[in-house]
Amino acid sequence: MSEAITPEVFNHLVELAALALDPQEAEYVRKQLNNQLKAIHELEAIPLEGDIAATSHGVPYTVQISPALREDEWQPYPNPQGILAQAPDSSDSYIVVPDIPHTTLE
Amino acid sequence: MELSDLSAHELALYLRQRRISAVEILESCLKRIEAVDGRPGRLDGGPLTVEDEQKVHSFITLTPERARAQAEAVDRKIAAGEDPGPLAGVPFTVKDIFCVEGTPSTAASRILANFTAPYTATPVARMEAAGAVMLGKVNLDEFTYGSSNESSAFQPSPRNPWKLDRVPGGSSGGSTASVAAGEAPLSIGTDTAGSIRQPAAFCGVVGMKPTYGRVSRYGLIAFASSLDCPGPVARNVTDAALMMNTIAGADPHDSTAANVPVPDYLAALEQGIKGLRIGLSPDYFRITYPNLQNGTFETQPLPAEIEASVRRAADLLAAMGAEIVEGVPMPNTRFGIPAYFVISRVEAASNLHRFDGVKYGYRTPEPMNDLRAMYRQSRGQGFGAQPKLRILMGMYVSAAQYSEQYYNRALRVRTLIRQDFDRAFDPQGPYRLNALLTPTTPTTAFKMAALYGDSVLMQYADQLTVPANHAGVPGVSLPAGLDGEGLPIGIQLLGPDYREDVLLRIGRAYEEATETDPWRRVRPQALL
Repeated sequence: MSEAITPEVFNHLVELAALALDPQEAEYVRKQLNNQLKAIHELEAIPLEGDIAATSHGVPYTVQISPALREDEWQPYPNPQGILAQAPDSSDSYIVVPDIPHTTLE
Repeated sequence: MELSDLSAHELALYLRQRRISAVEILESCLKRIEAVDGRPGRLDGGPLTVEDEQKVHSFITLTPERARAQAEAVDRKIAAGEDPGPLAGVPFTVKDIFCVEGTPSTAASRILANFTAPYTATPVARMEAAGAVMLGKVNLDEFTYGSSNESSAFQPSPRNPWKLDRVPGGSSGGSTASVAAGEAPLSIGTDTAGSIRQPAAFCGVVGMKPTYGRVSRYGLIAFASSLDCPGPVARNVTDAALMMNTIAGADPHDSTAANVPVPDYLAALEQGIKGLRIGLSPDYFRITYPNLQNGTFETQPLPAEIEASVRRAADLLAAMGAEIVEGVPMPNTRFGIPAYFVISRVEAASNLHRFDGVKYGYRTPEPMNDLRAMYRQSRGQGFGAQPKLRILMGMYVSAAQYSEQYYNRALRVRTLIRQDFDRAFDPQGPYRLNALLTPTTPTTAFKMAALYGDSVLMQYADQLTVPANHAGVPGVSLPAGLDGEGLPIGIQLLGPDYREDVLLRIGRAYEEATETDPWRRVRPQALL
């Protein structure tokens, strides 16, 4: 059985996922992904007739049991400085990040 | 017997009777932790020592000062004649996947190692409001991604108190190890594919996955949002019921916490099980897993001791008046893991994109020229192999060209799994079950390092627990004896939506029937 996730596909996924892997880790992860896909292929053998809808939640949510949504109201948070203090780099209540790359559209 | 070995309901009672104080209970638990836990999990924990191999290592963060302040407040309330709450003075541990204000909330990952939660998760807040005393945060698989706790970035990872060369299971392994070792009578864990029930079975404790939406997920660091369920870990059914009374119910902070009235789980416990219909399914007495060499699937029966424990439980329950229904078909059970490989990964990938080194958590210390490079390096260094695997798989199977083949198909298979349960529990259907009785796990606790690294086999440890997560139905794992090696065996009860009360009632009946069993008096290795 040929590998579905080739090094090229893998590198593309890694780029999309904004990850960085060293070569040893990449080899392990890619092998595991291909193994997992073999397990996932079992799904293809299941007969699914046309009227089987997708379930995104096991328990049905009816109007009766769905909580009413809150009003969309502004509420003050007591400690914004505490939130900002968690940022790896901040200055004068701004979170600092490296340069954001710009692409000029043609 | 020390206070730390008493159950939560006994401690709560004695405290109200003023026979003991909350501070005395706390000191007893801290003494136990000191005696059996060893060093807590740490980033770059270094090599394991011989002493490490003799300890449980449940904790990442112990918070004794915070606990002492809570215990003293409980004692002051009692002295003043005020109601201290139903769980007053009862210590509990919290899986470190819940935010608790002012404590490190790490998800057992380097990427959140320096994160201090600015707010408290609803289930934890409810425990504290009921007077329970939080001892600290316990270890887990990184972001809950595993069934052994070995993937934690905080090492040493927890060990099974029953046999210290075994895994405690996972991902709520720190929770179940801490309860089994008498460090706390209660813990709060989460279950996405079996992460409460599987480690509960491995550690010989009671673990309940409530119905999806029964317990609020607010403040839970999300893994797979359509599957995650917070729930109780306890040493007996009554304690689990007591904890469910506290944590269950709607929450304005979680729109998926269902607006369904919460019954008094304690009141229902002793009602007996006469007339309840309890099913056995052949599909839960075998497991199917892939042979990666030749691409075929192999089906094997479960170990005889595990099947025998379930059959014996059925006999005991029948003798107490339950009606046992044999041969209930649950034909889609075997597809639970492949569907889970797809659905959980897609949801995990979505949830993990928020960790980017910008607002909180780990950022690479290396200077980076642009934002994208900073994202890649921070995530590359901050996430361990398991989160990376889940992100990449989630992105692959939901990519536009594959989503019909994988993701949409998995969601339809999920419908089939739900239909199995609907048919079994339908009050007008052929089976009309109040509960399904199954084994919790295909094996007892495996050795440390036996499966770690093989992400496929590790996932198949959840084969008998994951269908309930797909279907959303409640389940509970109960200790049901020891195997030939002295390792706990777990049996599982699964029930209709929101019928945790019935499962707990059956569980309590099973406890009564086995009260005098010799295994109930055996102590875990860590306590000898």
